[in-house]
Amino acid sequence: MQLPRLCLVAVATIALTSPAWAADNDTLTVGFTVSQTGKLNTDSIAQMRGFDLWRDQVNAKGGIKVGDKAYNIKFVSYDDESQNGRVQQLYTRLITQDNAQFLFSPYSSGLTATAAIISEQYGKVMLTTGAAEEKTYELGNKDLFQIYSPAAQYLAGALRALKEKDPNAKIAFVYEDDPFSKAVAHATLDLAKMEHMTIVLDEAYSGSTMDFGPIINKIIASNAVALLGGGHYADGSTLARQLHDQKANLKWVTLLVAPDSPKFAELGAAATDISVPSQWEPQVRFKPDFGPTAQEFTNAFNTKYGVDPGYHAAGGYAAGLILQHAIEQVGSIDPAKVAAALNKMDVTTMFGRTKFATDAKDHGLQIGHDMVLAQWQLKDGKLTKEVIWPAAAKTADTVMN
Amino acid sequence: MAEILASVIDGVLIGAVYGLAAMGLTLIWGVMNVINLSHGAIIVLGMFALYYFSSVLGLNPYAASPIVIVIGFVAGVLLYWVAVHRVIGRPPLMSLLSTFAVNMVLIGLGTAFWSTSPYNVPVSLPSVSWEGYTYTGTHIMAAVIAAVIAGLLYLLLYRTRIGKAIRAVSANRAAAELSGIPTTQMLALSFGLGVTLAFASGMLIATLFPFTILSGGAYQLKSFVVTVLGGLGNPGGALLGGIFLGLIEGMATPFMPVSWMPMIEFTLFVIVLIAFPRGIFSFSRT
Repeated sequence: MQLPRLCLVAVATIALTSPAWAADNDTLTVGFTVSQTGKLNTDSIAQMRGFDLWRDQVNAKGGIKVGDKAYNIKFVSYDDESQNGRVQQLYTRLITQDNAQFLFSPYSSGLTATAAIISEQYGKVMLTTGAAEEKTYELGNKDLFQIYSPAAQYLAGALRALKEKDPNAKIAFVYEDDPFSKAVAHATLDLAKMEHMTIVLDEAYSGSTMDFGPIINKIIASNAVALLGGGHYADGSTLARQLHDQKANLKWVTLLVAPDSPKFAELGAAATDISVPSQWEPQVRFKPDFGPTAQEFTNAFNTKYGVDPGYHAAGGYAAGLILQHAIEQVGSIDPAKVAAALNKMDVTTMFGRTKFATDAKDHGLQIGHDMVLAQWQLKDGKLTKEVIWPAAAKTADTVMN
Repeated sequence: MAEILASVIDGVLIGAVYGLAAMGLTLIWGVMNVINLSHGAIIVLGMFALYYFSSVLGLNPYAASPIVIVIGFVAGVLLYWVAVHRVIGRPPLMSLLSTFAVNMVLIGLGTAFWSTSPYNVPVSLPSVSWEGYTYTGTHIMAAVIAAVIAGLLYLLLYRTRIGKAIRAVSANRAAAELSGIPTTQMLALSFGLGVTLAFASGMLIATLFPFTILSGGAYQLKSFVVTVLGGLGNPGGALLGGIFLGLIEGMATPFMPVSWMPMIEFTLFVIVLIAFPRGIFSFSRT
């Protein structure tokens, strides 16, 4: 008699303590990884702060309303160490052990490409932010939705702004040898050729490069007056510092990603007049269909973290807003219904317009959002970031050395 | 032509610093047959030590250099007693694992303290411009300091009784012991000197480039290449090896993508190992 009773107690204990049974019905679990360590940590942590602010605001207002229920947001996240191998393990864990109902992407195109394989394998809806490379969205994925403008758009604005100022400018392309930066550079090289602009250098470098001296010597030897390229924070800020130290005498420098971080201003004179293609800037004045304005978001972020947000933080926040809106629209947390709502979505938030491609060939690719070009300018002895392109959004004229 | 010359000068300047880093690695190998796999992490500790004294305490980076060097020596001697002493004379795998473990511990602690974000040591020195190319004062100063430290090491090893004792232990530990040389102390001193050189090179690199706690791996790999070029266990050869590597990089980069350099370096590494196993500067005194 004792054995069956023991078995009954054991089964009941296991059942009640297993994640599937123990889950709180009023909690929505969102899983993602953050590069807390490794070369991507600066941008990835900014993105995570955007997620965190969204979660805190939603929970403070009583959660996401779905019919007569409200779901508080619970995050499960891990440090992916900026490594693909960790992303593969951790997204599997997020889905199978932590029972994440929805996913956000890790930061960077490379890590997101790996996470997407896992999310699609398990049929999980994943909103990608900080992942602009188009290729991931051209592989027949069904539940992947891109918040950022695609990579091809990154330097297109800079190229057009440069052409307007100096149509005969000799351009050096110097970029990190990673999927995102290469996708951006190759698309812009093609565009520059179509626009009949003069390309004098095309050079890729490893993301771990610390000594840019040999590359800067090549730039000087090429007589380039403009430099387009860069990659992520660590290499981009190093390149900017060494361009200044070695007096490369460029009239125009546009670097990817790094100059968007408020930390970039710590470079002082080396940061002056450097421009950055940006997914978002605090000065933008979109009229949101729902959620806060850019100004309200900026104030809330600054209150919480003591710094103004860059576009990585704004992208993280926008991913949360878009997921929330899709769930509220369909009144369900069923992944298929939420995915259907995302497919139909055409909205404007503090981040700008969001619309996803629904063709099988590029499903989930962002087709609604537009980018701006920002530049660090010295005003009254203080570096400030101004929007210089497109003309409709600019807050200051372009400064060219 | 000006571009090639500029690249060569840049290469030689930075090569001297890489040579200094490799001297630490090769000194430890030469005296105690230990391949120090914590070399990269120790180089990075030198960077953070300088960062602490210059950016946190506000000292001039060059004025803080002697303090960093003394800290490096003390840390090296401590490290010897903690992680190396018991594995001396054991199979090579033991010392490899021991120093690799130290490497992992240092990187783990460093990540906890400083995260993996990049740090800078802001240094401003007048630069020299020629034909449109600029040679920064920090590069020139780093090469000069590296040469001075290498010279001091030479004097210590070849002009003092301690140096003679270290060389005796390196040549034959048992015979040195029979001659009354305190070999264990000499081993600890040698390890301390090796770590001091790594600290010093890290300190100089920090005045040139930003760094993270993970930066050491690249400099450790470069140190291995330089060590093989200069001849294992030959500190003088290591300095020449560093300059030679810088020269090769300087001459090659104008004609090929810079991202090919690691491939060139390791091709050279394999060729030298096969064709000149004692290094291409084996004529130097050992």
